[in-house]
Amino acid sequence: MGNEYILGILTLAGINLMTVLGLSLLTGFTGLFSFGHAGFMAIGGYATALMTVKFHWPFIPALLAGGLAAALVSAALGKVTLNLKGDYFCIATLGFGEAIRLILDNVQTFGGARGWPGIPHYTNVWNVLGINIVAVIVLANLIRSRHGRNMIAVREEELASQIVGIDVFKYKMTSLVTSAAYAGIAGGLMGHYMTFLQPKMFSLAKSTELTIIVIFGGLGSISGSVLGALVLTSLPEILRAFSSWRLVFYGLAVIFIMISRPEGLMGGYELTPSSMKKLFRNMAAKRENKLQRAGGGK
Amino acid sequence: MTQFFQQLINGLSIGSVYALMAVGYSLVYSIMNFSNFAHGGVIMFGAYFGFFFLTFLRFPFPLAFISAAICSAILALIIERVAYKPLRERRAPFLYFIISAMGASIFMENLVIAIPAIGPTFRTYPEVFNKQPIKIGELAMGKLDIAMFLISAICLIILIYIIDHTKIGKAIQATSYNLKASALMGVNTDFILITVFLMGGFLAGIAGVLFGMKYTVYPQIGIITNKSFIAAVFGGLGSLPGAVIGSVLLGIIETFTAGYLSSQYRDLIAFVLLITVLVVRPMGLMGKVTEDKA
Repeated sequence: MGNEYILGILTLAGINLMTVLGLSLLTGFTGLFSFGHAGFMAIGGYATALMTVKFHWPFIPALLAGGLAAALVSAALGKVTLNLKGDYFCIATLGFGEAIRLILDNVQTFGGARGWPGIPHYTNVWNVLGINIVAVIVLANLIRSRHGRNMIAVREEELASQIVGIDVFKYKMTSLVTSAAYAGIAGGLMGHYMTFLQPKMFSLAKSTELTIIVIFGGLGSISGSVLGALVLTSLPEILRAFSSWRLVFYGLAVIFIMISRPEGLMGGYELTPSSMKKLFRNMAAKRENKLQRAGGGK
Repeated sequence: MTQFFQQLINGLSIGSVYALMAVGYSLVYSIMNFSNFAHGGVIMFGAYFGFFFLTFLRFPFPLAFISAAICSAILALIIERVAYKPLRERRAPFLYFIISAMGASIFMENLVIAIPAIGPTFRTYPEVFNKQPIKIGELAMGKLDIAMFLISAICLIILIYIIDHTKIGKAIQATSYNLKASALMGVNTDFILITVFLMGGFLAGIAGVLFGMKYTVYPQIGIITNKSFIAAVFGGLGSLPGAVIGSVLLGIIETFTAGYLSSQYRDLIAFVLLITVLVVRPMGLMGKVTEDKA
């Protein structure tokens, strides 16, 4: 029983991680904040469930269809909102996410606000793990490519990158569409894990939670996002004994992170085998230096 | 025709309470350039303060009203000091302010749920105005609706007078135009920020009590206050007259949607309006056009 419980938490963390990876690209690497990613999850979740339940598609193609649906909607949203400055893009995504939820509340085909039960249970810890590994590899390669570097340039200084010839709108769009596709797939995984979908699952609180995970892990760090998703998904489980107080601490923790360590857990650094080696080498070099200096002083 | 005017009256009454909430968002935005999502939490606390003063301490209504507003103002100030001031001193990007505000709002909402004496239950205010409506011809106006409209209107007129005709109001205007330059001209910008948060919190408290009297008090009131934020965006973030006009229009649009279409679409129309405004005219009805200064 204990094993199953832990696997369940890991599955949930993996599903969260899928959205967080996409959001990390958008927020951490392109500098755009979204409070509407739960909306993309909802689109993906309902589209995937539609494919498996009504058209009897196999799971993986249905997931891809869900991701595609979310990506298409995000392209339309991006077309009209990505030119907005500052706060306004953020506000637009907030409005979008809530609008999606309220529309789903009123669509009776999918059960409306009461939800959609009876979705087959296809998601397990192994296919979530597999999809996450693929997602991380794709993301890491995207970020290291020319396109990824351009996105980082847009994040650092929009005007300057425009002047050196980067198509700012195009890269913002690429980033948004990719992250929405990730969120859509995550939504599909979630629906087939819970075997139930309800618009309430994709509220503003969910979007906020996802953004908080990205920031907690560290903006501009994939390994930070992975750690953040694992820690913050299991934290409420660990704190379950304090049940109703856990979200109070959660809110306080968010403020505390913002005012004390806004760069998050990883702060733009990556945890890879080569970076670990470098870290150890640096530590060793420092110790040697110290020893040498101590020796020189004698 | 009667139904039309009836809906109009309802819309005006709810719109005026939205306006009280929306000016709080707008005041902070005009100076600090970020959307203060913790404002919804302050409004919620205002509603609870009012409930507490009326039922437990049995204050007479006007006193309970003022006390709730003062407590909310202090709460808004505490949030500013704890969650925003350190960021301001570090000149953090505006997104950090939004996240910090979200954290504060999560904290407040769940604090209310977690305290056993309050909890997630719905609380109903004691009846302050009796339910007997005032009839003019065929129109029925609830006394509470009239009170909501009048109290909101008086508060807003006082606020706009302060902003337009007093020295501190001029200082707020100057600060919202250019914070650094007004600091150089001898405006104590920290003091201005304190004033702005106190004023916003005070109005939030009043709005919370009015809202609680009209409906009920519960921890998720913040979801409804999001609509006043939409109204502020609709009118143009950072513009006080814009916030008022946007709120009244939103109130009317909502009641008309509920009255003529279906009450299920009432919330949806607000968010659709938000996206439409952002796409067609992002600066809102009366907002200033801001250009990114590189």
